[in-house]
Amino acid sequence: MAERLLLRGNEVIAESAIRAGCQCYFAYPITPQGELVEYMARHMPRIGRTFVQAESEVAAINMVYGAAAAGVRTMTSSSSPGISLKQEGISYLAGSNLPAVIVNVVRGGPGLGNIAPAQCDYFQAVKGGGHGDYHMIVLGPSTVPEAGELTMLAFDLADRYRTPVMILADGLLGQMMEPVTLPDPIDPATLPPKSWAATGAKGRNPNIILSFDLSPENLKQMNLALQARYDEIRAHEIRYEETETADADILLVAYGSTARIAKTTVNMARAEGIRLGLFRPITLWPYPYDALRAAAERVHTVLTVEMSAGQMWEDVRLAVAERAKTPFYGELGGVVPTPKGILSEVKKHVR
Amino acid sequence: MSVDTASMTQVFARPRSLTGARSTYCPGCHHGILTRIIGQTIDELGIAERTIGIAPVGCSVFAYLWYRCDALQVAHGRASAVATGVKRARPDSIVFSYQGDGDFASIGTAESIHAANRGESITVIFVNNQIYGMTGGEMAPTTLVHQLTTTSPLGRDPRSTGYPIRFSEIIAQLEAPVYVTRQALYDTRRILDCTKAIKKAFQNQVEGKGYSLVEVLSTCPTNWHMSPLQSNEHVANTVTKVFPLGDLVNKGA
Repeated sequence: MAERLLLRGNEVIAESAIRAGCQCYFAYPITPQGELVEYMARHMPRIGRTFVQAESEVAAINMVYGAAAAGVRTMTSSSSPGISLKQEGISYLAGSNLPAVIVNVVRGGPGLGNIAPAQCDYFQAVKGGGHGDYHMIVLGPSTVPEAGELTMLAFDLADRYRTPVMILADGLLGQMMEPVTLPDPIDPATLPPKSWAATGAKGRNPNIILSFDLSPENLKQMNLALQARYDEIRAHEIRYEETETADADILLVAYGSTARIAKTTVNMARAEGIRLGLFRPITLWPYPYDALRAAAERVHTVLTVEMSAGQMWEDVRLAVAERAKTPFYGELGGVVPTPKGILSEVKKHVR
Repeated sequence: MSVDTASMTQVFARPRSLTGARSTYCPGCHHGILTRIIGQTIDELGIAERTIGIAPVGCSVFAYLWYRCDALQVAHGRASAVATGVKRARPDSIVFSYQGDGDFASIGTAESIHAANRGESITVIFVNNQIYGMTGGEMAPTTLVHQLTTTSPLGRDPRSTGYPIRFSEIIAQLEAPVYVTRQALYDTRRILDCTKAIKKAFQNQVEGKGYSLVEVLSTCPTNWHMSPLQSNEHVANTVTKVFPLGDLVNKGA
């Protein structure tokens, strides 16, 4: 039976991971995602699953590597500085074709920054934060219920494409409480078997998990196989949402918590007779370039709003090119834009 | 002259748990002996079908090629963390990591200590040859004082680079490990002792006793600029003075 509960974003992500059949979770505490770690510490052992508080973010992501290689659903979570430490491990996961889910509840940066909501890790998430030619699927939830849905989806996508998947949330989403309807849990025993996993070579040839080949020609083939998989992901997994875009003159582009705020701005603008729409990418990688390009054909201005100095803005400009004006409005350092603040930016572009 | 093999009794063979893939180790290096001991141990304990090996970065980066069992190649220094993940996901498997001194005692310091401190039920083989073999003979945390390496060309100077780290002694301070021992392979007797130690370290895991660490003093004739024989003598006469052989922890012996 689906349950309706009032939960914090961090807790919804944790509970959804459990319901998605996550058998091993490894993490190091960091704000603003502490509740996620604590939730897993309370609930995983109770149902016979693994919770390990790792000695570091580096260790946690490598424990994930081990559990993923052993064929179980596995997750780690952290916030910006901790995610920086995980980049080596994420690169190895990608190179070794291992499915895993990584949650980044983004906070203000760079360096120690602060613990307030931010979107300043977009480049790191979508352009490949670690070394090598790789991508991971990056999902940007905008509400607490959606954080749960995308967590469930993240495990499916990770397994389907044998790739790391990141939930790119932010401190606002992690801390906010909303009513959510949780789906029925998946019994891990019912998940499709992973014939490639390191489970002990009983009655079969050994399975070897690696991201390594000294031969340039062989490593090129490994890379081409990765790229082919990325093409497949681009073809099938792009997700986005359009709000009031059909007759819009001006389009906002925003993701995550900022998109939710921007939605309020759309309503305020409409009440004043400004034909404003919102384009919200849900997959940040792969990015919905084509859909955004099509939406931009119908407007004169595409205003990107982010809690960053303009990171997703680069992808917006790639998509829109010269089809419309592409101004930017960003807040920095953990400052959250307000619906009113966004509206006054919009008004600068009303013709 | 023809040889009638049919009438002969086979007294020695490659362990079934070794693939026979061509070794990438230099002549005279002890990795080959150690690999054989591990293969033989896996055979004797009958655990090949549930063993999962963890290969590090370093000379033994290809370790996944030698054993006829499932294996992972992992990031430098992280083998004990990865082993933790594998073992927690598959508690019935037998997980061993094979790590050099750079991997285990330098870049992987935190992972090595904390896996031991949690008492992960894994077997760690720590190969200490006091040098970075694969990258060209650079200084290791275990490099002896005054030893020449490519990054201590005038000899390791303890005033600026400290002293060889006795990592097994650090691990032995912890409550959780059940077996911590230092072994060598420079003569037949040491090889037999080391074989017993390796077997015990795997047996402990089969019995679910907890964390076992076998440090093995190895040679690097190539980067020590010594013959294999000189290398063996160097371990026997000099290295063991800094890294004494024997059990440091042996609970339930």
